[in-house]
Parts: sequence; C-alpha cells; structure tokens
Amino acid sequence: MAYKVPDDLYYTKEHEWAYVDENIVTVGITGYAQDSLGEIVYVDLKEEGQKVTQNESFGVVESVKSVSDLMAPVTGTVIEVNQSLFDKPGTLNDDPWNDGWLLKIEMDTEKELAALLKAADYKKLIAQ
Amino acid sequence: MKKTVLNEWHKTNGGKLVSFAGWDMPVQYASGLRAEHEATRSNFGLFDVSHMGEFRFKGPEALKAVNYFCPTEVSKLKKGESCYTFFANEKGGVVDDLLVYCFEENTNYLICVNASNTDKIGEHIKTYNKNFNVEVINECEDWGQIAVQGPKAIEKVEELIPGVKNLNKFSFGEFKFSDASLVVARTGYTGEDGFEIFTPTNKTKELWKALVELGGEPCGLGARDTLRLEAALNLYGNELNDDCNPYERRLGWTINLSGDDFIGKSAIEALKLKATHKLVGLMSLDRAIPRAGYKVCSNEVEIGYITSGTLSPSLNKPIGIAWVDKEHAKEGDSVQINIRGKLVDAEVVKLPFYKAKS
Repeated sequence: MAYKVPDDLYYTKEHEWAYVDENIVTVGITGYAQDSLGEIVYVDLKEEGQKVTQNESFGVVESVKSVSDLMAPVTGTVIEVNQSLFDKPGTLNDDPWNDGWLLKIEMDTEKELAALLKAADYKKLIAQ
Repeated sequence: MKKTVLNEWHKTNGGKLVSFAGWDMPVQYASGLRAEHEATRSNFGLFDVSHMGEFRFKGPEALKAVNYFCPTEVSKLKKGESCYTFFANEKGGVVDDLLVYCFEENTNYLICVNASNTDKIGEHIKTYNKNFNVEVINECEDWGQIAVQGPKAIEKVEELIPGVKNLNKFSFGEFKFSDASLVVARTGYTGEDGFEIFTPTNKTKELWKALVELGGEPCGLGARDTLRLEAALNLYGNELNDDCNPYERRLGWTINLSGDDFIGKSAIEALKLKATHKLVGLMSLDRAIPRAGYKVCSNEVEIGYITSGTLSPSLNKPIGIAWVDKEHAKEGDSVQINIRGKLVDAEVVKLPFYKAKS
C-alpha cells in the first residue's frame, strides 16, 4: 500500500512529520504511523511552555494494545498543544496530516533540520 | 518463525501478522481490535489458537503422573471432563497454567499449554517423569485449534457439528466433522460461553472457513488479550511466572494440599502462609491507561505493580489487573498508579471487570 507523504514536510525515522514556518515547527504523526498503530485511544503530550529536545520523547500515543513514544524533531519550547486530541484521540487516525497535529514548537536552532528526513528519504524508509 | 495452517488465510484476509512466542500470528484483522472484541461479546468470534501446545499422558499410570505434575486433584475428573490447573516448579512457582482433559479415567489425559511455554513444559516433563509407567507424547504438530466464543457460539457451532450444544461447561467430546474426528470442549478464554475445538491439522482450514461462512468474526491476539483481561483470566508472563506465589495469583482455588504429593508441594504449603499480596482489579479514574509493570501506590507508598492493563473496549475505561499488598487494596479503596511519572487515581474493583449475561 502506498502512503501519502507530502513533499513540503520534514520527517523523523520514528514517523513524525514536521512543518516548518520560519522558527515555528508544527509536529504530527504520519499516515503510515497511524495505520501501524491502529485505533488511537489516548494521547499524552508535553504542555505549553515546556522544553522538548530533538530525538527525545515529547509524549505518547496509545492504542488499546500498546504505548508508543513520540519523538521531537527539533529542540525548543512548546508554544501550542492541540487540546482537541485529548477528547478525540481518533482524530490522529482520521486526519493525521491536518486536524491531528500534535503541538507547535518554537525551535532553538534551524541547524537541527539537517538531521531530519526529506520526503523522498521517508518514502524509502516506509517502503522497506 | 512457526506458522499455523491458517497462516495463508490470515494473510490474504486482512490479518496484520506479528511475531508471538515464535509464531507468525494475526494481532488483528482489517475490522480492528475493537470491532473484533465487540463481535465476540455480542455475536461470536473465531480465534486461531493452533499455536497452543498439547501433550498426551497415556498408559497405566497416566493419572498418577498428571496428579504428580498438577497441584489440582485431577483424579476427580471423569471421562469427558476438563479442568484449569497449572504445573508448579520445586520452589512453588508457576511453570505454566493449563487445561487437563480426561480422555479415559486413569489412563489417558491431554494437557493444553501456552505456546510460549511449550518447550519449557516438554523439558519439565522430561525432568520429572521418571518413575511412572506412562508415555508422554508431544502432539503439538498433530492439532490445529480454533476457539469459537460469544453468545451465539453454541447455536452456530451446533449447526455445523450437531450435538455439541449438550456439552456442559468444561466438558468435551469427540465429534465428526467432514469425515474427521474433532475434540470439542466447552471452554474458553474470553469470559463468554463457547468452544475450543481441536482439529486434525489437515481439517483446520475447512472448519475455519465454515465458521467464517456462518458469520463468525475472525479475531486476532489483540482482541484475545482484551477479552481475557476483562474476564480477569490469567496470562502467563503477565499474571504468572516461574517465581510467583500461586496463592497471590488467583490460583489458590486450584490447589489441593490434602491429597497426594505433587511437584512443589512442600514449597507451596509454605507459600500459602506467606501470601501477603493478591491480584485485584483497578479502574483508573483518569483517561491514562495502566500498563504492565507500572507501579501502584497507596498514600504515596509503593504497594505493587500492574500485571496487565488496557483500555477496556466493553467499559470504555482504562482497567488493570494489579499485584498488590492485600492490606492496602480492598474493594473500594483508592490507590494511585504511576503512569510515566504522574500519579493517577484508581479504584480497587471486584474482578472480573466483565461477566457474560448468560
């Protein structure tokens, strides 16, 4: 099955996407991630004002069966959290690319973006 | 990786396959864990449990041998009856929990063990089965196994295999299906009424397909786990292990200390007096889900840990089975679960979480 992988986003090996608008990075999970997880029933995220670190956990998503860590694509400060997910975690399954965004991070340095995957590389990763 | 005879069927019918105890097994199908769970609670679900292990005890001293391996009084079983029991080690810990089926009183018994413990059980039997006039046959390769569970299971299987509806709970019999002889037992692992059907491996697929055609919902290991957890049935590796005290793990009722000797008897006698903990049900008052290994506290003092946890599909609430200090976990007590560093309130509730209506 071919998964959608938008070209204008960055990706992590752990299946998060990152949309960069100047120094603000919006983070979510990919379509491939939500499909692998199955029905998502619980989301736990860092709160506004908290620090996140690249490649470290900023929360979890859980299916009935399992818990998966969410890994931050960049280091920075959480400036906004998608509160609607706490009541409707299923949004992550229905619309992981838009309504299912997780949080917005004010990133410390653009340099970290170099460590992220481009769409073409991410496509290769999930094709394996 | 080992495969059941239904492996191809699972793959071509939307099964998501994962490695489980060395077997390539479906964790769920396209309709998803929750739909499978609900179908089993309201209609009937089908489970490929061919990975389970079977050992036959046959010979003049078969009963003596089985009685020596199990802390339960197996001699009370009549032909065509089965019971839940376990094998203990010399320390009194649990080697595996299992079902014993009496095919002929005194001379012929079958045990059905967990896939994850099949090799260990084989070794355990070799080690201790020295003085009995009995042949122990590993029949793991000979049997496929299908569990049919749910409120409609009895009437539906009856359509296919006439006569099965007359079986009592925990009894079994041999029945004909498509020129083959099947063993049908009225047992299960979901909290629902239903059957576990042992089929010769070359008939498993035909039976499975016939059950699917009757409207049975194929269910993966995911639903099997949530169903058994709601019904508070033990899972080896979670509630039970080689080092646990069976009296602290809801196995006390299976133990008969007044009968013949069995492996681990003196240790188990001592463990009975040392039981300080027990398994209880916890219902989280938060949305966060308890998971195996999470610590449980009472007034910020650690009193045990979660052995199994999930979001209950039937109750739509986070639930967990916890092994905790008896004194601090009475029904209605409030405790806390440490969920990734956050203390979440939970209430001690009666097990099981779910009971079938019938």
